[in-house]
Amino acid sequence: MRIGAGAGYAGDRWEPAVELIEKASLDYIAFECLAERTIALGQLDRLRDPEKGYNPFLEDRWRAVLAPARARRVKIITNMGAANPLSAARRTLEIAKELGLKDFKVAVVLGDDVSDEIQRQPNLIMMETGQPVGSLGNSIISANAYLGAEPICNALATDADVVITGRVSDPSLFVAAMMHHFGWKADDWSRLGAGTAIGHLLECAGQVTGGYFADPGVKDVQGLERLGFPFAEINADVSSIISKPDGSGGSVTKATCTEQILYECGNPTRYITPDCVADFSQMDFKEIAKDRVAISGAKGSARTDTLKTSVCYRAGYVGEGHVGYAGPNARARAELAASIVRSRLTQRNLDLDELRVDLIGFNSLHGTAAPSECEPYELRLRVAARTNNRRHAEYVAQETQTLLINGPAGGGGDFTQVRDLIGVRSVLLPRKYVTPRIEVLT
Amino acid sequence: MIVHDIATARAGDKGNMSQIAVIAREPQHYSVLVEKLTEAVVASAFAGVAHGPITRHEIPHLSSLMFLLEDALGGGVSISLAADPHGKSYSSLMLGIKLD
Repeated sequence: MRIGAGAGYAGDRWEPAVELIEKASLDYIAFECLAERTIALGQLDRLRDPEKGYNPFLEDRWRAVLAPARARRVKIITNMGAANPLSAARRTLEIAKELGLKDFKVAVVLGDDVSDEIQRQPNLIMMETGQPVGSLGNSIISANAYLGAEPICNALATDADVVITGRVSDPSLFVAAMMHHFGWKADDWSRLGAGTAIGHLLECAGQVTGGYFADPGVKDVQGLERLGFPFAEINADVSSIISKPDGSGGSVTKATCTEQILYECGNPTRYITPDCVADFSQMDFKEIAKDRVAISGAKGSARTDTLKTSVCYRAGYVGEGHVGYAGPNARARAELAASIVRSRLTQRNLDLDELRVDLIGFNSLHGTAAPSECEPYELRLRVAARTNNRRHAEYVAQETQTLLINGPAGGGGDFTQVRDLIGVRSVLLPRKYVTPRIEVLT
Repeated sequence: MIVHDIATARAGDKGNMSQIAVIAREPQHYSVLVEKLTEAVVASAFAGVAHGPITRHEIPHLSSLMFLLEDALGGGVSISLAADPHGKSYSSLMLGIKLD
C-alpha cells in the first residue's frame, strides 16, 4: 500500500498534497493538522460560533484535493475536525457536492471529547504541574482524549471517501490505514510498532523530505522552495520505503529520516501512543536510490491502560508591544528603553502574572544563554505580559508603544497586540472512560 | 570545536519540556558526543533557559543523543510569553556548545 502525508500542521501548504495525489499512485493520504494547542484555538472558535471549531483551512484544502483524490480513488484521513468534527464533516460534504462529486461519503470519528468525564474526576493529576485538574476550576473549556488507530480503522471500513477526526494521536492517522489495508489486529504489537514508526516519520510531512533541515554549506537541500511531501510504500510484512514525488524539491536521506524519527519522541525506546509503545532505538535507514530510504527495525510492545487527554483552560490574556532601534549605540538605547518600560509598568501597579522583556536580535530566543558581548546593528525591544485583566494587558502594549515619544532616541516600527490565552494541560485518563464512535454522513 | 562541527540537532516540544536530538554526522563522532556533551555541560549552556532536570538518552545505533529538558518552555507552549514558545531555536543553542 502507499500512503502520503498531505499536511504536517494546521496551517501547512496544500500544493504538495495535490502533487502527491497526482504523482505518487497513493491508496491513502493523511492530513495531520492538530498540534497540542491547536485544538484550544478550535475550542475558542466554537465558543464564538457553534458551527466552527474545525481547521480554518479545511475549505481551501478540500477545494484543492477532493476532486483529484476522488478521481484516483485515494482515501483521505484527517484530524482537521479539531474541536468540531461533525461540523467539519457537514462542510466537507457540502464542498464535495459543490465540486460535483457524486455519492460522496464522510465518516466521522467521535468520542474524543471527554469534558464531562474530566468534570467528574477532579483528582486526575496534570502531568506538567503535578496539581489536580480540579484546581483549574471553572476556567476549563474542554478536554479531549487522544484516540488511537482502531476507531479510524472502523471508519475506513465504511468505505468513506474522507474520514474526519478530532483529537487522535498523529501516527494513528497512518497506522489506521495500515490496519485497515492489511487486516492487522489491535494487539499485533510488533506490526503496530513498525507502523507507528512509519506514521511518526510521515506525520510532520515536509520535515522528513528536507524541511526543518537545511543549514547552508553544511546540510544543503536542493529545491526547498518546491519542497515535496513524503509517502511510504508499505508491504504486508511492514518492510517499507519512504520517498517523495519525482520532480519535487527537497530530499529524503538517512539523515532526514534519522532527524525526524527522533523528533519529539521523548525516550526513543518508549514512544507511547494509544496503539502501542514503540521502540525506535534500533531502527535502520538505508538509502536504496535517490530520495528512497528503506526503513526497518522498529519494535512495538503492549499499549498502556490510559489515554493522554488535553485539557484546555482560560489562562487570561497576553499584552505585547515592540519598538525597534538601529545603528550606532542601538543596543544601549534598546536596553535603556527596556529599563524605562519595566519601571513604568511597576509604577502602574498592574496585576501581571508574568512579565518578559527581551531584545529581538540579541537575546529573545535564548535569554541569558545568549553571548553578552554581541552588538547587533538593529534590535527590537519586545515586552510581553500575562494577566487575568484584559485592560491591564492593553496597558502593557500601550506602555511599550509610548516609548516612541517618551523613550530613547530613534525608536521606530512599533507593534502592539492583545490576545486571549488558552492553556493546555495533560492528564492520563483510564481507557474505560473513553468510548469512540463513528457517524457516517452522505 | 563546537557541536555544530560534528553533529546536527532537531528540537521539539511536549508541554513544558524541550526535546532536543543531537545526531553525529559521521558515526565515528558519536563517542565524542557521548564523552563531551554530558547532561552537566548541557545544563550549563541552558542555564536560565531550562529550569528543571535534564535527562540524556543514548541511542548508539543511530549515533544520536536525545536530551529531555524539563521546565524549559516558559511554563508550557500554550501559555509561554517567549518569542519562540516551542523552543524550536534551542537546537541552535545546542549546536553552539563548545566541546573542547
